[in-house]
This record gives sequence, C-alpha cells and structure tokens, in this order.
Amino acid sequence: MKNRKRLMENAIHGIFLVLGLITVGCVLLITVYLVISGIPAIRKIGVLKFLFGKKWASTAAQPQYGILPFILTSIYGTAGAIVLGVPVGFLTAVYLSKIAPPKVKTVIETAVSLLAGIPSVVYGLVGMMVLVPGIRTLFHIPDGASLFAAIIVLAIMILPSIIKVSLTALEAVPKEYEDASLALGATPVETYFRVSVPAAKSGIAAAVVLGVGRAIGEAMAIMMVAGNAPNMPKVFQSVRFLTTAVASEMSYAADGSIQKQALFSIALVLFLFIMLINAVLNFFLKHSKE
Amino acid sequence: MKKFVTLITIVSLMLTAMTGCGKTVSGSVSTDGSTSMEKVIGALGEAFEENNSGVTFTYNPTGSGSGITAVAEGRCDIGLSSRNLKDEEKAQGLTETILALDGIAIIVNPDNPVNDLDLETIGRIYRGEITNWKDIGGNDLEIVLIGREAGSGTRDGFESITDTEDVCKYRQELTSTGDVITTVAGNPAAIGYASLASVKETVKALSVGGIMPTEETVKDGSYVVQRPFVLVTRSNTELSEAAQKFFDYITSSEANEIISSAGAVPVN
Repeated sequence: MKNRKRLMENAIHGIFLVLGLITVGCVLLITVYLVISGIPAIRKIGVLKFLFGKKWASTAAQPQYGILPFILTSIYGTAGAIVLGVPVGFLTAVYLSKIAPPKVKTVIETAVSLLAGIPSVVYGLVGMMVLVPGIRTLFHIPDGASLFAAIIVLAIMILPSIIKVSLTALEAVPKEYEDASLALGATPVETYFRVSVPAAKSGIAAAVVLGVGRAIGEAMAIMMVAGNAPNMPKVFQSVRFLTTAVASEMSYAADGSIQKQALFSIALVLFLFIMLINAVLNFFLKHSKE
Repeated sequence: MKKFVTLITIVSLMLTAMTGCGKTVSGSVSTDGSTSMEKVIGALGEAFEENNSGVTFTYNPTGSGSGITAVAEGRCDIGLSSRNLKDEEKAQGLTETILALDGIAIIVNPDNPVNDLDLETIGRIYRGEITNWKDIGGNDLEIVLIGREAGSGTRDGFESITDTEDVCKYRQELTSTGDVITTVAGNPAAIGYASLASVKETVKALSVGGIMPTEETVKDGSYVVQRPFVLVTRSNTELSEAAQKFFDYITSSEANEIISSAGAVPVN
C-alpha cells in the first residue's frame, strides 16, 4: 500500500516536471531558432553596418540594412512612455492603496483591470481614429502619425501593469511602520511618501521594468499610429520601431532573401533587449525579497 | 424486387463513377512569380482545387522577374508577371496571356478641392518636388504622402508606373489598403493610393489626365495608372493536362467574379 502511494507520488511529480519543461523547451526553441536565423544576415551585412547604419531600404535596387533608426525609436518611445506613464500609474497606486475610500477603490481597480484586457489592436484603432487627427489639429502639423502618438498609446497601455504591481508592493508594507510614523507626529501624506513608498521601492522598480518590457515589445497598436517610415526619431516625425519593422515587412519578404534574414536579425536584437530587461527585473525582484 | 433495386443502384453508381472518371484530372499545377498577383491567383487556385479534388495547386511568390525565369527554365507550369513581357523575353519562346488588369486609384480627402492630376505631377509629388497643395490648385497645406510598406504589390505597381521607385518621400507606410483609406479619410492634406476595387466613398479618387478610374477606363486603357496581370507560358511546350485545365478555367468568363472580388479587373 505504502509502495503504491509512493509510486503514485513519483508519477505525479514526473508529470509536473514534464509540464514545467514544456515552458523551458519553448524558451530554448525560440532562442535557438532566433539565433540561428538571425546571425546570417548580420554576418553578410556586418555587425556595425547593421546596428549603426542609419538607412533602411530593404527593397531598393541597392538595398541598405541599417537599423539604428529602429533601435533609437524603440528606446525613445519606451522612455517617453515611462516618463508619461510611471508618474500617473505610481500616484494612482499610492492613492488606491492608502487614501481611496473602498467604493472608489473598487471602481478604479475594475477600470484598471478592464484597461489591461483591451486588445492592442483596439488601442491602435482608437489611436488612429482619434489621437492621430487630434495631434494634427492640436499642434498644427501636417500629419499626426508620429513618435509622439506612439508614446501616448504606449503610456496608456503600460498603466495597468505599473498600477497593479506597485499596488501589491505598497499593500505589502507592514502597517506597524505607518502607525509608528503617524504616532511620531508625521501627517498621513508625509507617512506615505517617507515611509510606505521607500519600504516598497524595489516592488515599484519592478513595476517600472515590467512597463518597459511591455512597451518595447508592443507592435500592433503602434504600427497603426507611428507612421512606419524608417526615419531617425523626432517627436513629430513618422517613425518605425523594432517590432513594427519586423511585422510590416515579414509578409512580403521572399523566403531565403537577405531581407527576410535581416528581419530575423532585427527580431534577435529585440530579443536581446527584452532579455536584458528581464535580467534587470529579476535583479529587482530578488532585491525586494531580501 | 429487392434484387432489381440493387441492380439499378449498382448500375447508376457505375455510371456516376464513369462520368466522374471522364472529368477528374489529377496532377499538379505550379505557378511562380509576381507577389502582386498573390490575392488573385490564390483565390483562383483555391476555387480550382475545390472543383478538382485530385489537383494540387502551388504558388511561389518570388516576383515577376523570377517567375518569368522560372517558366523559361521549365521550373513551373505558369509564370506570373505583373508587367508585359519584354521583346527579348518573347524571343526566348514565351507567350503572354493577360489575365486581368490592376487599376490603382490615387485618393485624397473629400475636402481637398483638387480633382485631377496628371501622371507627371503625381510623380513629382511623390518624389518630394511639389510639397504644398497650393502649388497645384489646392489649399495652403503641406502634402502628406501615404504609401504602402516595402514589398507590397500595390506600392510596387504605383512606383513603377509613376517612375518613383525607391525615391518616394513617404510620411506614412501602412500595411493595408484599409489603413491607407482610413488615414486619407482623416487627413485633409493626405494623398494615397489603393487598389481600385477597394476605394470607398470616404475618400475621393482623382482623375488622372482627365480620366476617372473605373472598370471601363481601366479595361480600355485610357486610365493610365494600371498594369496587367500576365500569365506566362512556353510557346513550344504544351501544358500538362491539369495545368491546361487550370489555364482554361482562369481565362474563362467563369473566373471573372473571383478576379473582381480579389480586386482586379477581368479582361476575358
């Protein structure tokens, strides 16, 4: 009887292990595939020419494959989204966890969850129909599809993850800390910003990094509002991100052509960026546990 | 009585089987060439496969040039080209059959007072030599050039007809005809191009050199922003049975509806 029980236990452990390995297997498969299909074009074009070339003209008679505009656009776009999105998201989280009355909190939290559930193509569509013409009339420029429009869409898209993760971190701060601060004569607001927030800082940092990850990987929504011309980034210029560079040309690139291989190389660069962000995220999460 | 019914059934089954035999063609049809023709040839191939279950249809999107080379070297049954054959290609023993015409409409916002441009002016606009609508009879607005992504068949067609290959100063490169139309509909300074069949009333199609783009003007050749979809075959070699059947089917009037719904103007 005891033996049978143990056998059962072992079998179930085995099944769980296999299920766990599926995820690991997928990550490995994707990594290996990206590296294998991304390297040839970089070799043919040359690392420096590929990463720091300023001109992308993949179907021209004399094709040029420089992805510096895409890299810079992705960095600027993500940074802009963080600059706009983090203050709003962070302060919302402080409000929700410390100040908001329960009813208000429920309403706002539901709204945030809904925002997280909206598909990115819907963000893109609304951006295309409302935001792009809005920017055009507001700033008196010929066309509203620009880096700026993409930044605004991204800032809204990263709000839910920033709010939710910071909220969890703030709510995990022991009540005794705050009570002690209040007992010493600090006002509630002083307590929130001098005691609660510093105590939750690594969790908040993780929220920011998560936001960065979400922003840099987004493709569909920004493809519809950014204009997609491969220009060097400027606020009101039509730009192309790393993600949209892959997505917009992939469907027409002929198999085996250097254009298709270069698109895989762009994906590889994007993948490396995201790995880097994940490493930073892990660092902060580990820090918060200690 | 029962036996009689069985006999009738068997006989009728045999007859159906025999008639089936007479019609069924098996084998494969391979096509190779123009990426612009993807939609048209794909829809035709699908319809053909549906009616002829034994036939497999393949299409290899490599570009007009590669498709012509492929058929000349015998690597496929039918080559697909979105331009007419050159004389030296015909001299290699290739025959062209026009399957359909692809009209590209030049579209602007309905609020734009400009109604007509000639081909030369369109080229100069897209090359960035004319940058304001007021220079060509419109309002004082900077022209916003909307185009398609690199590799798109419509872009390829437009640029080759207006002689603007690789030099277009696009403000936006969008990935679908629908996005181009939406964007042009939302910006009074925009100009774009889209396949004729998909133009809606939210945008205004310009006449080119005084000719409005319609199925008729594309068909009679008076509307110039158009190109042919050409089937290329070898003159001295006969097509396989399956390929010949496919060729007959797509050049018959039966296929017209499929060709129009795929966005081109049928000619047969």
